[in-house]
Amino acid sequence: MDFISKNLPYLLAGISVGGQYALIAIGYTMVYGILRLINFAHGDIFMVAALVFVYASASLPLYISIPLTIVATVILGFAVERVAYKPLRNAPRMSVMISAIGVSYLLQNLALYITGGLAQVVPSIPVISNTVKIGSATTKVVTLVTPVLTIVLVFVLMQLINHTKIGMAMRAVSDDFETSRLMGIKINSVISTTFMIGSFLAAIGALLYFTNYPSVVPTSGAMPGLKAFVAAVFGGIGSIPGAVIGAFIIGICENIIKGLGWTTFSDAFTFALLIVVLLVKPTGLFGEKATDKV
Amino acid sequence: MKKLAAALICATMCLSCVATASAETVKIGVFEPASGDNGAGGKQETLGIQYANEETPTVEIDGVEYDVELVIVDNESSTEKAPTAASELVSNGVSVVLGSYGSGVSIAASDIFADAGIPVIGVTCTNPQVTEGNTHYFRICFLDPFQGTVLANFASENFSATKAYVLTKLGDDYSVGLGYYFQEAFEALGGEVISDTFPEGTADFTSYITTAINEGVDVIFAPTSTEAAQLIIATADSQGVEVPLLAGDTWDSNVILNAAEGTDLGVYVTTFYQEGANEEFDANIKEWINADSTRLANNGGDDTVAAVTAMGYDAYYTALEAIKNAGSTDAAAVNEALWDTTYTGVTGEISFESENGDANRDTAYVKVANTETVAWDFVAEQGVQ
Amino acid sequence: MSKKTNAIISAVLLAALCVFVVILEQILPSTHIALTVLKKSCIYALVAVSMNLLNGFTGLFSLGQAGFMLIGAYTYGVLTIPVADRASVYQYFDGGLIQFAVPVFVGLIAAGAVAALFAWLIGLPVLRLKSDYLAIATLGFAEIIRAIFQWDKLGVITNGSNLLRKFPTFKSVMFPLIVCGVCIAIIVLIINSSYGRAFRAIRDDEIAAEAMGINLAKHKRMSFCISSFFAGVGGGLLAMYQTSIQASTFKSAMTYEILLIVVIGGLGSVTGSCLASFLYIACSEWWLRFLDSEMYIGRFKVPLLRSGFRKVVFAVIVMVVVLFYRKGIMGDKEFSPARVYDWWQKRKAKKNAGKEAAK
Repeated sequence: MDFISKNLPYLLAGISVGGQYALIAIGYTMVYGILRLINFAHGDIFMVAALVFVYASASLPLYISIPLTIVATVILGFAVERVAYKPLRNAPRMSVMISAIGVSYLLQNLALYITGGLAQVVPSIPVISNTVKIGSATTKVVTLVTPVLTIVLVFVLMQLINHTKIGMAMRAVSDDFETSRLMGIKINSVISTTFMIGSFLAAIGALLYFTNYPSVVPTSGAMPGLKAFVAAVFGGIGSIPGAVIGAFIIGICENIIKGLGWTTFSDAFTFALLIVVLLVKPTGLFGEKATDKV
Repeated sequence: MKKLAAALICATMCLSCVATASAETVKIGVFEPASGDNGAGGKQETLGIQYANEETPTVEIDGVEYDVELVIVDNESSTEKAPTAASELVSNGVSVVLGSYGSGVSIAASDIFADAGIPVIGVTCTNPQVTEGNTHYFRICFLDPFQGTVLANFASENFSATKAYVLTKLGDDYSVGLGYYFQEAFEALGGEVISDTFPEGTADFTSYITTAINEGVDVIFAPTSTEAAQLIIATADSQGVEVPLLAGDTWDSNVILNAAEGTDLGVYVTTFYQEGANEEFDANIKEWINADSTRLANNGGDDTVAAVTAMGYDAYYTALEAIKNAGSTDAAAVNEALWDTTYTGVTGEISFESENGDANRDTAYVKVANTETVAWDFVAEQGVQ
Repeated sequence: MSKKTNAIISAVLLAALCVFVVILEQILPSTHIALTVLKKSCIYALVAVSMNLLNGFTGLFSLGQAGFMLIGAYTYGVLTIPVADRASVYQYFDGGLIQFAVPVFVGLIAAGAVAALFAWLIGLPVLRLKSDYLAIATLGFAEIIRAIFQWDKLGVITNGSNLLRKFPTFKSVMFPLIVCGVCIAIIVLIINSSYGRAFRAIRDDEIAAEAMGINLAKHKRMSFCISSFFAGVGGGLLAMYQTSIQASTFKSAMTYEILLIVVIGGLGSVTGSCLASFLYIACSEWWLRFLDSEMYIGRFKVPLLRSGFRKVVFAVIVMVVVLFYRKGIMGDKEFSPARVYDWWQKRKAKKNAGKEAAK
């Protein structure tokens, strides 16, 4: 009993952060599935969402500022795709990735300029930022809300992808870009939709994440972004349930490592896991087997 | 396009050249971070210097009135960007430099200033290595070995602490150094220390706080930047920490006060200056800060006077004093004069010991965050004995 | 223009550049920002060229450059700190484990060698991966290396996460200029050798290259190790430039910076990388600095200018280059007098043609 009560907080922290990584990871995995692009800017979109929320709720009530944040983030995701990735549709993959790094650099510097380099305190959202006691552990309600909300959102997303027309288009595009274009699928609108869904989930993720850790700086998105990407690779890139499971595993492992006292390596562990996965099972847990095309 | 680019480059070069000054001015460099990890603290320190400059914008050298011009550069809290920032100051022909908040950047830029023969007055860089073995770097603040000992003594005397949890930031000289000295002093007092480090960019401190609780420590010591501090306090609150949180001078900031507002935490810091120690200074600088929205934002959104601001203010006057003593704007003369410069500032007597140019300071103020009034309450004046 | 005259003019231009730098150093005070920027851009040029060798010439998209620079910087620092100063540098670790110091050049070569050794080890598993997977794996390795070097259990060697300093540094611009010049020259020789042609064959088409009898694994590993060697040397030089080493400087942001330099200069162009690194460093740390402070033209306060604006403007410039000048300054071509001459001739011919037509 003593063992459980001592270690429950680590587990809870892991589950909550895992759920938030999952929401970011879905954005990565969907974009990668369709464009074969590691969207380095995705973590920064997550950060911008938090900043928008900070500034919006400074003058507006929460029931306006929360939807506003989500809408603004979705628009940002759409705009980034249109401005920075669409012109490079036929360019080599490396160019697009460099463009993504450029966007990330730009977003971080813009955030730096606007915040003046000062950490912004994220206002707490009532109810989910209250503390609750679970057994002997104390935690915020958001810790419990996150996994549930994540699973619900993923379920809705899966329905969307498997049972709607746009979902079918997405699957087709990720399966074969060129053929689906020939089949008359509007590639650009499919890609835009993907980015918008990714940004929407990132915004939700940001609201939850920064309720737990209420301070945002321009580089706040970088680490969660990278870890979410690792989660996406771990679960098998392109697979949404894979990304979610990968994110939970990474979140929990990371906190166990910290609990064991290996705090120096809590970030390094994530990357070590990534490399092992890439070498042993490059397609991840649930990834489809890809054959090299000549 | 290429012509346009060339024209642009020429124009910018001209602009940077045009900035050379007229005869009757003396330039003081401000080498502070305005971005990066220490951006918040650097801005508050710069505010103190700017305020002092507005209060006393001239200095009389040998009967001639000189305008004092501040040259402010951003060292981005990064040891890699620090050398160019320092060169920028040197190129501008400053007579003396003030800064920086954060010891790493000070050490990285030290040689550039040494080569140029320009003296530097460290405002709040507390790591011993900044001034060690050189003759151009001075400082007006106390050092980490002193501060660490003070905190260890305080923990052991006031809370009868025998077990402490030390949480430092990986790769941060200030944080790791202060943690080390605290640990050394605390163990010398017979205490036990459990130490952990967190990597840069950590947002999730739950596991660290949980470890501290599980270990049953009597105090938590977390000398970190204010960015991490906000998160540590928030997590400590949600995890129901009952033991006091201790930290060094970086935590003496309204950021911490706001984070601790409405919690049940005991947040104790050691610092250079106690707000209220000099009513007139406090009132005037508050008025000055409130008069401009940018200043207010740079001070973290309200008018609490941070110790680093008071230190910046004193550093400016110390520099003026040294220029007066030198009787010239020549950097070498100012450097020579600094050794014997004394000044009574709002943070106390300032004078430099003759070996490394460190400040002669033997007391630190301990303050506690009042979580209801959102202000600092004075606790004790603590020395090392 | 014949090959010989081309070579002669190139050599003359290079010599002129050196003379120019020497003169510059004589006129300007030794701490002038122009010289500081030159020092840093020499070092970045070397690192950018080494990254270009990998990304531009061999087609291996690696993002581990900062990690190898970190290894180089630490190797150099650990090996060259004078014994007398070790006690004060390793103040938390009783003076450290290593109680000898090697000369500067040995230190720099060791910096490269250790980085290359790590590259070889990392390359064994990682080089089997392709494109973005390789990128993310090398990025991950750089992060792991950073964590290891900050680990306080290794503190007796690396000084934990504390600064390493007091190692020998350089004062004159000539030092980095010559060292980087020699290193870049070696890289150019490699690129023009049969190995270099094999690298380019791999970049253009792996399968075709393999069919032509090029040993893919061997050449990839070779390119990776050579690139890391020079990144390590660059790291050592950067340490000298900064006069102190801290693992936290070598973040992935540094790799991105170097990658952007490579892209701006042109993937597959050595001269492009050199030129771009000077422009990049000078713009970001010198010429645009005026954007950071308030400015008045007469009584009119220029809007937007405040701390941080420089970086926004700079990021926008970078984005514009990435999107609209995708090939960078030089594309995959090299700057050479012959090319300038040809271009001049063509232009003249065009003008003449225009005149003819007008007549």
